[in-house]
Amino acid sequence: MLQQLEGSQALAKAIALCRPQVVCAYPITPQTHIVEGIGELVRNGTLKNCEFLNVESEMAAISVAIGSEAAGVRSYTATSSQGLLYMMEAVYNASGLELPIVMTLGNRTIGSPINIWNDHSDAMSVRDAGWLMLFAENNQEAVDLHIQAFKIAESIKCPVMVCVDGFVLTHAYEQVNIPEQNEVDEFLPKYNPHISMDKKHSYAIGAMVSPNDFMEVRYLAHKRQLDALDVISNVREEFLSKFNRNSGGLIRGYNIDGADTVIVAMGSVLGTIKDAVDNLNASGNEKFGVLSIISYRPFPQNEIKKALNQAKRVIVVEKAFALGKGGILSQEIELVLKGLNIDVISIIAGIGGRIITKQMLMECFENPKDKFQFLGLNRATIEKEYQSPCISKVGKE
Amino acid sequence: MFQVRLHGRGGQGVVTAAEMLSISAFLEGKHAQAFPSFGSERMGAPVQAFCRISENEIRSREPIMNPDAVIILDRTVIEPANAFSGLKENGYALINSSTKINVSLSKSLKIKCIGATEIALDLVGRPIPNAVLLGSFSALTNIIKIDSVIKAINTKFSGSIAEKNVKAAQIAYEQTLGGM
Repeated sequence: MLQQLEGSQALAKAIALCRPQVVCAYPITPQTHIVEGIGELVRNGTLKNCEFLNVESEMAAISVAIGSEAAGVRSYTATSSQGLLYMMEAVYNASGLELPIVMTLGNRTIGSPINIWNDHSDAMSVRDAGWLMLFAENNQEAVDLHIQAFKIAESIKCPVMVCVDGFVLTHAYEQVNIPEQNEVDEFLPKYNPHISMDKKHSYAIGAMVSPNDFMEVRYLAHKRQLDALDVISNVREEFLSKFNRNSGGLIRGYNIDGADTVIVAMGSVLGTIKDAVDNLNASGNEKFGVLSIISYRPFPQNEIKKALNQAKRVIVVEKAFALGKGGILSQEIELVLKGLNIDVISIIAGIGGRIITKQMLMECFENPKDKFQFLGLNRATIEKEYQSPCISKVGKE
Repeated sequence: MFQVRLHGRGGQGVVTAAEMLSISAFLEGKHAQAFPSFGSERMGAPVQAFCRISENEIRSREPIMNPDAVIILDRTVIEPANAFSGLKENGYALINSSTKINVSLSKSLKIKCIGATEIALDLVGRPIPNAVLLGSFSALTNIIKIDSVIKAINTKFSGSIAEKNVKAAQIAYEQTLGGM
């Protein structure tokens, strides 16, 4: 049913429709409303046969999810930012142990300095942790990706992280179609766990693996990620035929056929980017297109290459960067396009919640001055900092 | 697209007002997007919230810099928050104030002052002016119907608080209509 909801409340409803049996999380802004919403649905009896566990930390939250998944129970958790960092050791364990946990990451930057606002630094810190990582463009897609995530996770025994931009999506009211319970039940059958530890079936997981076999274990984990490319595409198809909505999948093109310049991005900024590109296409000679990356892990290299290889120029807009190196997504895109004689420009935007406007994007897309730049960087602040006795004066701008 | 920016202070229901406005528009079959300015949410701190209303899908996530209307829940934030900045020529300014406010601006605005806190105190028993202002906004702009505002209030509140807020919104609606 079409409803006007806060993103977090829409997600709480969608996750409840997936019938998780264990939900555990520790509050951290901006993810908190999601698990508060699920807690209420458990309390009022809407979500039955679900144990909602209040834990003392994020480390406990992911550990409980690992334990309950190992016991053969569909498990869900959510976090943001420093919460994810606090989970980190066990985040790797969840994928290494092949436990299909679904986690929402309400994307927020990482301190210090402390900042509660949105960017993708938290997601980028776990890009190699063996989880599948899907990015939502709007709240409808966030809802749909969660329903797909349980199916994908359980079919390949791999945890899935659904990245939803903190505040921008989690706290935004917009219309969302929440599916009916019977539709979700048909799409996502009862969990049939591949392991189910109990008193009758006692065995160990996570035993030590020697150098003789460890590389093979890791190879298989890598292979599983590559196999997930097909699974993600197939689940998107199945979702489309069941719910009649084009959500999820690996990538999504917008006006890319014949585009001179294609803008590449992930998450909620794509909406503003599409508006900017529509404006530019209406007025100028250069033709712009947009490529949304939905599946960041696995990274759909072949699909991206196919989508971009006709472009003259590619502009990557990303909400995170590697200090001392530069763009992260941009580097990956550059590698995909190596040898194709396509200019790749890297725009770092929205760091720590910095406003991204359509106007800023249009100016930058029309005339990107540098190959690597920060959108809306305040030079005066930086100059002032250079005057400060507290700042290292090694080198200059 | 009709864009509304709301200004007030934490605890006055600024964000809830934007959300109720979006629900009202949704109930009329329109697309609507409401979001807060993502500041630290503290009682008394200046707060902004935004609402876009459109016949078509709303994709942009940028803050509203050129609103068609501003709703000011607390007149003391007008200057520090630069509450009229970017407001369109002939745009609406709905201000919670029982006395008339003189605004000297180079552009012409449709300004309406209403003592929303007084109405809320009188009818709801709490100094939360948000529902009252939405009633007045409906009469002032005709962008949303008062019936939709009432339904939206009922989705956010229940019991006697909902009833009282509905009544307060209706009174503000009629007062505003009468004063035009």
